Amino acid sequence: MSTLVDLAVVHAQLSLLAFGGAAAIIPEMQRQVVDVHHWMDAREFAALYALAQAAPGPNLMVVSLVGWRVAGFWGALVTTAAISAPSSILTLLVSGVWYRFRDAPWRRALQAGLQPVTAGLIMASAALLIRSTAVDWSSAAVIVVTATLFVFTKIHPLLILAGAAAAGAAGLAG
Amino acid sequence: MPETRPAPTVFDLFAGFFVAGLCGFGGVLPWARRMIVEQRQWLTLAEFTDMLGLCQFLPGGNIMNVTIALGSRFRGVPGAVAAFLGLMVTPVAIVIGLGVLYDRYADLPPVRHAFTALSAAAAAFMLSNAWKIASPLRGRKLAIAVAVCAFLAFAVLRLPLPVALPVLALGSTALLWRFRS
Repeated sequence: MSTLVDLAVVHAQLSLLAFGGAAAIIPEMQRQVVDVHHWMDAREFAALYALAQAAPGPNLMVVSLVGWRVAGFWGALVTTAAISAPSSILTLLVSGVWYRFRDAPWRRALQAGLQPVTAGLIMASAALLIRSTAVDWSSAAVIVVTATLFVFTKIHPLLILAGAAAAGAAGLAG
Repeated sequence: MPETRPAPTVFDLFAGFFVAGLCGFGGVLPWARRMIVEQRQWLTLAEFTDMLGLCQFLPGGNIMNVTIALGSRFRGVPGAVAAFLGLMVTPVAIVIGLGVLYDRYADLPPVRHAFTALSAAAAAFMLSNAWKIASPLRGRKLAIAVAVCAFLAFAVLRLPLPVALPVLALGSTALLWRFRS
């Protein structure tokens, strides 16, 4: 029971900090889940993140998976509700009055200020995931090759992810 | 506001986002835009872009916020709830199904190796995402300096987000406003 409460508190806080979606809260989520609460190790966290990427749906879905891993069905329900409710209520309240402020100088200034912070935050998310997944030379090679494909080709991301998984299963990588 | 079609019912909102969520491998947003603007014509492209701008500015998943903003605009709170549930129901079930499979077969060597490689590729996907989000900063020294500070704060110093994010956001806003071109 106290685990469910902890899951709810952690993810409700993350909800209001998720500027730009799941990417922005990966570092804090990993800190809470791995370092603070010791629910799993960094490598398992990275595996769950990968699993969520491989499934359809919003990329915040990693949260449901973490909840399920820690406390089963109710854990998944609690984390999904906790990550959704605070930001959804905020969106509900704000979207009604949004039009009135669309040209306000303070809003444009805030938007400009948030942009580089978001970029740095998402870089940090990538760095943390790479640190816990580059466990040997072959997984480091997978990162270099797939990152090149993601950035410089138009291949569908899902095909690249599937290709990496297939190469790993065949013993060529990972 | 140019009216397009009759406003969607609560059921329409559920059904539309149900399909978009089911299709959305690697990101729901492109599918949602296709459904809302082209197929069901609930919003014009300009209206959709404006709504998306709001949803990106607010915390939370962008596409989750779109379901709330769009659903509530047409059908109030019941519409928001229907659109949100439509989006989430199947993907949550699928991801947990994958989790069960992972749990059961994680010890088989081919499965373990596939997951090691998949985790590495997913990290690379995040890196490419970061690369694209950072690209508008090119040539703007002050903005790049702020981004580097944010990176160091979260990746190296591992500062807690609830403290560091508001400080960085307000500091960055003040700095970029003071030295705007």
